[in-house]
Amino acid sequence: MNNIINNRLRKGILDRSIEPAVLNDLTTVGEQMRDQIMKKFGRSLNIREVDTGSCGACESEIIAANNPSYDISRFGINFVASPRHADALLVTGPVSKNMLLALKNTYDAMPEPKFVITCGDCAQNGGPFAGSYYTLGGVKDILPVALHIPGCPPRPLVIIQYLLGYLKG
Amino acid sequence: MSSTSLLFKLQEKLGALLISSSVKYPDEVLLKVKADNFQPCCKTLHEYLRSPVMMLFANDRRKTSNSYEVIAVFAAYVYKSWVQVSIDIPADDPRFPSLAKSIYSANLFEREIKELFGIEAEGHPDLRRLHLHDEVWPVGNYPLRKDFTGTALGSELSPYKFSHVEGEGIFEVPVGPVHAGIIGPGHFRFSVAGEPIINLELRLGFTHRGVEKHFEGRKCLEAVTLAECVSGDSSFAHSLAYSMAVEKICGLKEDLNTGYTRGIFLELERMYNHANDLGGMATDVGFSFPAALASVLKEEILQLNDDLTGHRYLKNINQPGELSLEIDQVKKDILKMSLPQIEEDFAELAQLLNNSASFLDRTENTGTLRQKTAEDLGIVGLAARASGIPNDIRKSFSEIHKEAEMTMAIEQGGDCLARLKVRITEFTESVRLIKTFLAKLTPDRRPNYTPAANWPKAGKALGYAEGWRGPVLYWLETAENGSISRCKIVDPSFHNWPGLSYAVLGDIIPDFPLCNKSFDLSYAGNDL
Repeated sequence: MNNIINNRLRKGILDRSIEPAVLNDLTTVGEQMRDQIMKKFGRSLNIREVDTGSCGACESEIIAANNPSYDISRFGINFVASPRHADALLVTGPVSKNMLLALKNTYDAMPEPKFVITCGDCAQNGGPFAGSYYTLGGVKDILPVALHIPGCPPRPLVIIQYLLGYLKG
Repeated sequence: MSSTSLLFKLQEKLGALLISSSVKYPDEVLLKVKADNFQPCCKTLHEYLRSPVMMLFANDRRKTSNSYEVIAVFAAYVYKSWVQVSIDIPADDPRFPSLAKSIYSANLFEREIKELFGIEAEGHPDLRRLHLHDEVWPVGNYPLRKDFTGTALGSELSPYKFSHVEGEGIFEVPVGPVHAGIIGPGHFRFSVAGEPIINLELRLGFTHRGVEKHFEGRKCLEAVTLAECVSGDSSFAHSLAYSMAVEKICGLKEDLNTGYTRGIFLELERMYNHANDLGGMATDVGFSFPAALASVLKEEILQLNDDLTGHRYLKNINQPGELSLEIDQVKKDILKMSLPQIEEDFAELAQLLNNSASFLDRTENTGTLRQKTAEDLGIVGLAARASGIPNDIRKSFSEIHKEAEMTMAIEQGGDCLARLKVRITEFTESVRLIKTFLAKLTPDRRPNYTPAANWPKAGKALGYAEGWRGPVLYWLETAENGSISRCKIVDPSFHNWPGLSYAVLGDIIPDFPLCNKSFDLSYAGNDL
């Protein structure tokens, strides 16, 4: 602990900011987002993530949106550990048959009002796995989807921008 | 030491067992035996080469020869070669003698063959399904058979039978498939006596997407985009192994510039994942500052990937025969400018972890996998090197890595700390390799190939790459028009999940996330 504090006093606060253009967008989008969330959700929007057969890249980008560079939680968006705490369900993957029941159960466990967001090309229509014998080809046939975030995988900023677009609309 | 000298040795050793034997490519030895001799032949290879069963899979050849083929692949690192043993099985009596009783690493492969092809490994003690869950997939549908129509028929479903541990005070803790974090799905069932875990049963397959079948019928030059989506954090290693298989079939030789460039991207992929895992391990013991630093470091590398290729996860770069981009002077400069910062941040991260007594205390002797156990289970890649098994495809097979005098990271402990140390050493070595390869790149020299239209041929070949978890293997077979007739994929996760379930025994459940992260295995790569 002492080492960490000493180091920081000596070297200053660690600052590895992202590209200026991205940072600009992020700040603008983020501030609008915070206002929207304050208005519509009273402080924070809680999201539960479910992977229904994604390759892991979408998860990695969602995690990246939470890292100190993007820090999505400062705009009022939290990723929560239980569907019981969630306002929204964020689904990735082309819905493997094995995950159908778990996906439905997770949705059912969420309190009303709630909405579903899909993230990544797979979750929209199966993406590269459309037509496979074991995927159901997208979430929209299973749950009511309010918002889709495109990409393979969508970048953290894109995730944040699409969320804002939806909250505004 | 070459495939030819290995072939002579094997002919001597196996002699009468062999029907035929040949060297197909400079790095593949093909053996054919009778089904009855499969078990003794594989046992000999397993012991002689000290290799687990690296791949074991079936291929439906009923149309041409009224039989199934089963192929086992062993690694011969010393000889820079892969040994493939194949047998033919009559279509009307699909059985073959099980290897799993004497070679543990064949276990999961045989279960897979049974569920996907309906070919039974006779004598296998446990043929429960892995990927096609009993609750959703009716009995008697074998999707990798060529005559499978695409939809499962029948309605006979059954519940999955977990193995139960019984005794006074023993209770079960079921976890998943939906976990608390932002992570893939899998079911873990802990049997616990007091605090220590006495059994962990993994039930995976939740992300099964039918990947192998999905490859079939596609043009081999185009399907590389599918290989990139098999396991998102190893997309470059997968596209590399896939491209290599296609290149071998089409008779293309990777030129040096392409080799160096691929070498650079392979290391970048290793670096962002290793940074991620160091952070993950810090998170799982509640050490938040290094965890945050690691996620910043990972982001730095992802942004570097983006600047170099336009894709943070290095997709859309590899193509059979070439790369869609080259590292020109501008990109060289970007790399040279970014690396010192990355090195500095990584050094600070490593120092933070190494200087924390409480962190070391949590990781040392936690999740231990001794060398003998790791060998018996057939553990590969990073986890194997942390248990003292010195195998690395880059080191043994790749000329450019040999030329760069790559040093292999190796630890003896087999615990979480050893896996952490291997990552730290590998990260530093990756930076050095990138610098070495950069210096050797000749600018603005595009390779000359025959037009792509002439490439596709009928053939089969094994492609391989040392991803950050370990060896990524693609066995590919194409038809005359270049469409894929069979693609078997093995991600190192498939070998290593049993290692995790063994490593946690005797530890307590609160240490499980740490052990899990120290392996950091892919769900998607395992389930396919």
